[in-house]
Amino acid sequence: MLSYIIRRLLLLPIVMVGVSLLIFAMVQMLGPYKRLALYVDENVLAHMQPGMWDELVELYGLDRPMFVQYWEWLKGVFRGTLGYSKTAQMPVLRALGKYLPATAELALLSIIPVVVLAIRLGVFSAVHQNGIGDQVTRVVAITGWSIPTFVMGLTLLLVFYGMLGIFPPGRMSVWTIPILRGREFIHYTGMNTVDGLLNGNWRITVDALSHLVLPVITLAYISWALILRVMRSSMLETLRQDYITTARAKGVKERVVIKKHAKRNAMIPVVTLAGMTVAGLLGGVVITETIFNYPGLGRFAANAAIQLDVSAVLGFAMFNALLMVGANLVVDVLYALIDPRIRLE
Amino acid sequence: MKIVHAMLLAFKRFFQSRILRKLLTTPTSAFGIFLLVAFAVIAILAPVLCPPRYVGHPYMIPRDSFAYEPQAPSAEHPLGTTTGQYDLYYGIVWGTRTAFRVGFVVTFFAGIIGIVIGTIAAFYGRIVEEIIMRIVDIFMTMPFLVAAMVLVSILGSGLDKVMIALIAFGWMGYARLIRGEIKGIKALEYITAARALGAGDLRLILRHILPNAIYPVFVMATMQIGAMVLTAAALSFLGLGAEPGYADWGQLISYARNWMIGSAGNSSAYWYTVIFPGVTIVLFGLAWNLVGDGFRDIMDPRMQGSR
Repeated sequence: MLSYIIRRLLLLPIVMVGVSLLIFAMVQMLGPYKRLALYVDENVLAHMQPGMWDELVELYGLDRPMFVQYWEWLKGVFRGTLGYSKTAQMPVLRALGKYLPATAELALLSIIPVVVLAIRLGVFSAVHQNGIGDQVTRVVAITGWSIPTFVMGLTLLLVFYGMLGIFPPGRMSVWTIPILRGREFIHYTGMNTVDGLLNGNWRITVDALSHLVLPVITLAYISWALILRVMRSSMLETLRQDYITTARAKGVKERVVIKKHAKRNAMIPVVTLAGMTVAGLLGGVVITETIFNYPGLGRFAANAAIQLDVSAVLGFAMFNALLMVGANLVVDVLYALIDPRIRLE
Repeated sequence: MKIVHAMLLAFKRFFQSRILRKLLTTPTSAFGIFLLVAFAVIAILAPVLCPPRYVGHPYMIPRDSFAYEPQAPSAEHPLGTTTGQYDLYYGIVWGTRTAFRVGFVVTFFAGIIGIVIGTIAAFYGRIVEEIIMRIVDIFMTMPFLVAAMVLVSILGSGLDKVMIALIAFGWMGYARLIRGEIKGIKALEYITAARALGAGDLRLILRHILPNAIYPVFVMATMQIGAMVLTAAALSFLGLGAEPGYADWGQLISYARNWMIGSAGNSSAYWYTVIFPGVTIVLFGLAWNLVGDGFRDIMDPRMQGSR
């Protein structure tokens, strides 16, 4: 087991180099002058002598071969810096740290109730297959994974914020800003819901929650639909196994058969999916955050991508790669722990 | 050319098979097929339903004026207009053509790339396979939407650039899938027999392995067509898609962004700007999902007898 983990971890730097190299290569498609414009303000460039552009290109090394430039950037990474993000007006590492708690808040609130509910309903659906509960659940679920996030988000915004005026977009209301920036408010986790409670200010928590309701529903509905579908089909397959028939023949109560034998074995693919979903959510959901104007990693990455803030995009991609590989590894190890038939090789 | 031949062979087998019959009798997938046929009819009849106003540029949505405020559905604008007075009816009808085009082109090319790469990996095995699968892993670890956005920002906006970006980051699923399939088939006896009879590599792949390995790829492709259109719509919504005024559903929705809170006193005044394109997109995605789901349920031999 340990050697497997180590071997997988050794792949991590390769993947991270690969991902950043790919993005680097994409940006290299722009000529050196255009890349210069990414770092130097355009107004400044426009007023310079044309000869100066070449000097700047040489200064920043923008005309050197791609791998040389990449190596320079990589050296910076080893030294602990990911560069400076012009969209966030701060070092990339700090920007990532700033937006992570908001995304984490969103992710945690979206995934925990979802997994619990999806598993329950998936089991129920499979056990009462084709019954009325199953049909209803499946219809609701199919709409869930058919509606694209932005349509759902927009519709929710239209109905709840547009028509009813509750659940505003953004992360916090304006009146909270002086409190949150004040000296008395200690940011323990960076997540306003938790911090509000820890600081004894429940109004902050309520405000944070009211802004989170719509994005959470958007994300939760879709994740729920996907997890439910996998849980249901996995459960259906498990219930047809021989050992279930044996258990029933032995006289074991149906409820115990389902809970103790079928459900545990059926959970395996769900664990995989849930793990990857959490990782995906933690990486920031671009569309949902953009629609609700929620200042998380997704929106930061989207802005950086559109404005070609290269350092920020590279930093975000590395972080994302770390998350994905880590999540894959955790899920595989859990897989092996849950199912003794699986041997990690 | 031979690859196309192999695929046509598989198509022919499909239409003569019981799969199609089963698809049509299951209520959910039948509904999906019905929706798809309806969309196809709309797409084909687009010039009849909405004669283009700008000759030579049928995809440019006509606008009566440049007024900012959307107009409610009326006699001359059956579904209303969105901001900038783009006619929603026109946009949705011609947007159907755009949707099919984007879906088919992206899925086709991503599929071809994925199939070729996956086949090479699975067929030649060992080091070639290792390297290729690592590259697939790297592409899969890229945050899809962000990577697509970067590529579009570099290449410039426009629907064809969006399609390039989607193809560039959408082929990995096919590669993995077909590699798994081929590895299973490679071990079967008829492959060894064909080899013994002197079949060369290419003939082996095209004539024997691919036609059998390709079925799950079809299932995946069906689901992906819907997903790709949705993603393209999302990119248009974020402003990176088609040029302004182009008939594209995502763009229609992006025009609705400012109007969701309605006007003072009536918060649902501009519901039509969101609902009409929104429902269309949802139905399109739903249709492909239902058909792909039904396809998969039928082809999975373990599921038979439990439906």
